[in-house]
Amino acid sequence: MSMQPCRTALWVAVAAAAMVTLPSLAQGTGMPPAHHHQSETQPSAHDSKQAAGGHDAAMPADSSAGHGMHHPAPETTGQLQRLDIGAQIGERPVVRGLGLQPMTGDAMHGMPPMQGGRAPPDARSPDYSDGVGYGSMTGMDMLDDKALGMLLIDRLEYFDGRDSRGASLDAQAWYGNDENKLWLKAEGETGEGRLQDLRTEVLWDRPVATYWDTQLGVRHDFGVGPDRTWAALGVQGLAPYWFHVEVTAYVGQSGRTALRLATEYELLLTQRWILQPRFEANLYGRDDPQRDIGAGLSDAVLGVRLRYEVTRQFAPYVGIDFTRRFAKTADFVRAAGKPVFEPQLVAGVHIWF
Amino acid sequence: MKPYDSGTGPSMPMPSRRRFVQGLALGGAAAMLGAWNKPSWALTSPGQPTVLSGTEFALDIAETPVNFTGAARLGIAVNGMVPGPLLRWREGTTVTLRVTNRLRTSSSIHWHGLLLPFDMDGVPGISFPSIAPGETFVYRFPVRQNGTYWYHSHSGFEEQTGLYGPLVIDPAGPDPIRAERDYVVMLNDWTDENPESVFAHLKKMGEYYNRGEPTVPDFFADVSKMGLHRALASRKMWNEMRMSPRDLIDVTGATYTYLMNGTPPAGNWTGLFQPGERVRLRFINGSSNSYFDVRIPGLKLTVVAADGQNVEPVDVDEFRIGTAEVYDVIVQPQEDRAYTIFAQSMSRDGYARGTLAPRAGMQAEVPHLDPLPVIAMIDMMGAMAQGHEPSLPPHAGEGGRRPDGGEHNAMHDMTPNGAIRTGQPASTDDMDMHGMPAVHHARTEYGPNVDMRVDMPRTNLDDPGIGLRDNGRRVLTYADLHTVGGSLYPDTPVGREIELHLTGNMHRFIWGFDGLKFSQAKPVHFRYGEHLRLVLVNDTMMTHPIHLHGMWSELESPDEKFQVRKHTISVQPAQRVTYRVKADALGRWAYHCHLLYHMEAGMFREVVVS
Repeated sequence: MSMQPCRTALWVAVAAAAMVTLPSLAQGTGMPPAHHHQSETQPSAHDSKQAAGGHDAAMPADSSAGHGMHHPAPETTGQLQRLDIGAQIGERPVVRGLGLQPMTGDAMHGMPPMQGGRAPPDARSPDYSDGVGYGSMTGMDMLDDKALGMLLIDRLEYFDGRDSRGASLDAQAWYGNDENKLWLKAEGETGEGRLQDLRTEVLWDRPVATYWDTQLGVRHDFGVGPDRTWAALGVQGLAPYWFHVEVTAYVGQSGRTALRLATEYELLLTQRWILQPRFEANLYGRDDPQRDIGAGLSDAVLGVRLRYEVTRQFAPYVGIDFTRRFAKTADFVRAAGKPVFEPQLVAGVHIWF
Repeated sequence: MKPYDSGTGPSMPMPSRRRFVQGLALGGAAAMLGAWNKPSWALTSPGQPTVLSGTEFALDIAETPVNFTGAARLGIAVNGMVPGPLLRWREGTTVTLRVTNRLRTSSSIHWHGLLLPFDMDGVPGISFPSIAPGETFVYRFPVRQNGTYWYHSHSGFEEQTGLYGPLVIDPAGPDPIRAERDYVVMLNDWTDENPESVFAHLKKMGEYYNRGEPTVPDFFADVSKMGLHRALASRKMWNEMRMSPRDLIDVTGATYTYLMNGTPPAGNWTGLFQPGERVRLRFINGSSNSYFDVRIPGLKLTVVAADGQNVEPVDVDEFRIGTAEVYDVIVQPQEDRAYTIFAQSMSRDGYARGTLAPRAGMQAEVPHLDPLPVIAMIDMMGAMAQGHEPSLPPHAGEGGRRPDGGEHNAMHDMTPNGAIRTGQPASTDDMDMHGMPAVHHARTEYGPNVDMRVDMPRTNLDDPGIGLRDNGRRVLTYADLHTVGGSLYPDTPVGREIELHLTGNMHRFIWGFDGLKFSQAKPVHFRYGEHLRLVLVNDTMMTHPIHLHGMWSELESPDEKFQVRKHTISVQPAQRVTYRVKADALGRWAYHCHLLYHMEAGMFREVVVS
């Protein structure tokens, strides 16, 4: 196959994934993607606070609420402000600056205002105890604070490309309650009879928003070349439109930095046949020739897997991955006589406990 | 009158579902033996009564082998039976129940809906420390009410594994409800899985038991029907919110087998009648996590009592019974034929079924399950969706299997300025919104434990609920229920209000009130003697049966008039309900969602009356 169309396609995919993921992430963490058309009537930060109060809000309705470019409009309806709380909190120029508007149009019908956001200053107290506490009675055995554990082997597969074949693993495990979890990750591959690459992470996971967790910990890389250790800080969660997203920043020794972005989507062909596109990209702050890594966008994988849920917890699959190395990383790989772009057929299982 | 007149008989082994097909005549023969048909699979020794009446009772809690699906499992039984024996008391007596725990784990029995001293209420950690293995706890309390109730374990998941039974209290005087036949119809859900695994599955994957999610073919079907734009639009909100319009209930027929009086559908529990007789059916939803929609094709159902309290009789074709709710119904079959008692689950993937017949061994046609409903805009947005479809009934938007278009219309016709409210009813100049009560979200509703908030809940009670709207049948609603005699405290003014919001995060399977799980919350304090109003706003897209122990919940109409007295109040998605409570029962009480998995996930509060 010709290289050029593939490259183009991949770049389009990368761009599309970034378009979807970045603003989605922003929204999920409480930042607005700045796309709702009521954002036209969104008050300034100062006004938002008033609106959040909700009592000063009998302003005339802005019947012009419609579609168009965002611009803060001081004259807005109190009613709108109320609904808007979820969207306006944490409005950050960085998001707006990207100009990403994946959910434009009549987003009035969208629900973000019903989710997330920050409590208005006069929000009701949930405390009706009048100072009365719990008794000393034993025997309560509610499970709402109980620790659970999960092992998710998202991908355990055999891959076969033009120039490489082997096995790869992408697994996560956690243990803890709703508020605190110990979270382990392992992703890597073997080939040519040896461990090629293995990224392991030990993280402390905390929920920060309805669908988002922060993860803080360490990462250690094994495989070809010297091991590397990093501090890790990331977010993981579910973006609007059901994109599962992981974005993690890493700081290593000798001033190394890295950023990893991964997103998955599940398309239900039936209740059991599920098509799962997947995208992953790695960026590095500086060269690491010993591990064939160059600064900048180092590699990206776009894949799609078709799995059948024999049970919820056991699903074999087949699929295809397209891996592309970029910039200096590509030079390293080329120098090693390996392909810069490689499609791989994969077959494996998705299992969790 | 022959109430529970012959509830004894030889026990029979539990046949598997396959064997049931062959064993049907035998099952029917067993059914003939009793008005309260002894569960044919229970390991009751021959001659042991399954109706226990009087004032002194000995109840043994122990594991027992059961087999509802063809897979042998251990259930938890009372006196060897699942459901446990029917307890029959009389109002005005004092009952003594010696409950012995023969399990290896602690246990308890809670008397659902009864007014009693709090230390007799049977909630571990609140009423008492639970019944330790090998120990006997003596419950003793005066019986101050009459009607149909039930009992169940309040420990862990014992209720899911069989520790429940019916409780009927005869009035001190003559029963104003006249019937020639009198049957308990107890509805339950059974899973062959360990309930703790069910809970863990839900924590790890909220949609684990939902096999009705929208698919790609669904989408293309919608595209061809309504066009690409509308098909996309109908999914927009759901996808942005990361919620499913098919998330009606968390545990479904994917794991549940639904039981009627402990009998799976193939077993066909049967109650006998002679044409022309008045038959009283005491429906008890003793399930752990199921809503049932009940009807008897060919018969009008006259609802005469709700949660043990007599109501002005109302004729319906069908009623929804929430988890832990109770409805007494009179039917009067005139024909000499069989009638199917059909109780389909709200998730439309299973049913409990039995038969009313003039002779044993008969059966009537079993209806098809209704299509799986899609959650309507009104279930997400309350009055916001309601107020802008004046031409449609309050349940606009749900029109059957594919109401996406309707939903979308309901949203589309909504003008932004009219639809949204400031939180202060007086401050809106929108006609539709006049009289809408204010909603006050708690400051703890803005965190990871909450996936939606409803700013404008609907308050109407005349909505039968999702999946029952416009189905061509007359379906009971709370607006139809009027307790005979009205409120117990008609002249006592209502003092303060306590507003609590039902909240959850379906993805994380976290449930609570005001965004707080039980373990994160403080008790709710009622001042002894006060007459207060509880305001519940359902900030979730699921229906929750909320149960206050020890005191009645006197449900109010939207204009705060007394409506009906209940012990369990089902709150629909995006609905606001209010009810009065007379805090006349000193002590510590449980207050919770009666969906067992929601309760265990945190939708629970302790109420202290002092």
